[in-house]
Amino acid sequence: MKSRSPALFDELGPRGQKRLKIATVVAVLALIGIVGGALAQLAHVQQLTARLWEPLIEWSNIRYLLQGLLTTLEVGLTGAAISLVFGTLMGLGRLSTHKWVSIPCAGLIELFRAIPLILLVYFFLIGLPMFGWNLPPFWVLTIPIVLHAGAVFAEIVRAGVNSLDRGQFDAAAAIGLRRGQTMVLVVLPQVFRALRPALVTQVIRTLKESSLGYVVGYPELLRDGQVIGEFNANFVQTYAFTAVIYIVINFGLSRVAELLDRPKKVRRRPDRPAPDPDPEPAASQPAGTLV
Amino acid sequence: MSVLFAHLGELLTGLLTTLELAAIAFPLALVIGTLLGVCRVSPIGPLRAAAGFYVHCLRNSPMLLVMVMVVFGLPYLGATVPLFGSVVLGLGLYFGAYICETVRSGIAGVPLGQIEAARAIGLTFSGVLRQVVLPQAFRSMVQPLGNILINVCLGSALGAAVGVQELTGSARQFNLDFAQPIPTFIAAVIGYLLITLTIGQLTGVVERKVRIRR
Repeated sequence: MKSRSPALFDELGPRGQKRLKIATVVAVLALIGIVGGALAQLAHVQQLTARLWEPLIEWSNIRYLLQGLLTTLEVGLTGAAISLVFGTLMGLGRLSTHKWVSIPCAGLIELFRAIPLILLVYFFLIGLPMFGWNLPPFWVLTIPIVLHAGAVFAEIVRAGVNSLDRGQFDAAAAIGLRRGQTMVLVVLPQVFRALRPALVTQVIRTLKESSLGYVVGYPELLRDGQVIGEFNANFVQTYAFTAVIYIVINFGLSRVAELLDRPKKVRRRPDRPAPDPDPEPAASQPAGTLV
Repeated sequence: MSVLFAHLGELLTGLLTTLELAAIAFPLALVIGTLLGVCRVSPIGPLRAAAGFYVHCLRNSPMLLVMVMVVFGLPYLGATVPLFGSVVLGLGLYFGAYICETVRSGIAGVPLGQIEAARAIGLTFSGVLRQVVLPQAFRSMVQPLGNILINVCLGSALGAAVGVQELTGSARQFNLDFAQPIPTFIAAVIGYLLITLTIGQLTGVVERKVRIRR
């Protein structure tokens, strides 16, 4: 496993290996104990009875949840797509040399990153209707997601542009490209290629954020899970099933992001040193990305 | 506007609740995350796998789902936890997974040469860890941990979805009572800006103090 830092440990001698074996056995027993204890407690409160799990194999319930999943994907993918465009524009705006562009962009980015998404959702849900603006529920949910995720992505784009080699800008200037042309023809293609993992992560983020449909009563996966759980009186089971759906989809996507993140040997010329793979992936994660 | 000032106390109580939630949940997440992080770098395979499973599950599910499961699920499992405690537990469990990754990458970020040098001068495993690796790892973790603290504060807003009157919840309630969307939401935004900017500044200061120049 690559998570292990090999140099921390010497090759273990016979005594060390024995100890490691004992520790492993103890750990396995402890884990079995935890899982067994949890199952025992579940059995004790009668949450393991077949009656509560059976609704999850009924097609009508599954179909209902799949519809929720479809809505989640709809909101998530729409949100991701628009927030990519919005975020790129905002990020470039913040990099603009014109103060009257960069300052408002910076202000908006900081604002949307500094407030919780759910506050934004409430503003669209109960704030705007008081001015007679009644958006359809889809947009009440999607617009806040776009604003929030877009602001986070804007910072990623900005970091991507800033990390690009200065020579690229100089070379573009040398062949007579204007600033806008430099961005579109030289900078952005490179930034987007470097940001492919971040693009996938953006989709994961919006899929997770779409669960706020629960708050606005929009029938996405989490909300549908609640409805089914209420209908069949099996909250725990339905939520567990819902969680599995989210985890499987998002885990698959994050694997894709990891694959894209692998350092590519083919594209580098051999006389150039490969770029440092980021030693601290968590450290480069901007704030406001987790929820 | 005058209604807002007359009832500003309610929003301030909400702000206080947000701070309380974060102040209890963050240390909890720190404990959970450090334990998981230690498991993930330990030589014991099953522990690594179990911690990895936990982290992947939590990081790939929406936080609101975790919150809802803890708040509405625990009573079904025979544990009656007060609402405030449930929200704290949800935040701690969720952000523990993120702190685990921070701890892991903090340890992984220590250059191999440092560890080899420490072993070359004869330090034992615990000596390497305590005197060379962990001090450096902790220093590189300041910035990410600050970000997670900010996210805990923002994440506590999901308490509003399950009925805790923290800043977002009280802003929502205030709006339903008095129908003053713009001033109310601006007040809430100012509250969150104060929290996030303060934490951002503080981590910046600490980070500059302890940074290692390589």
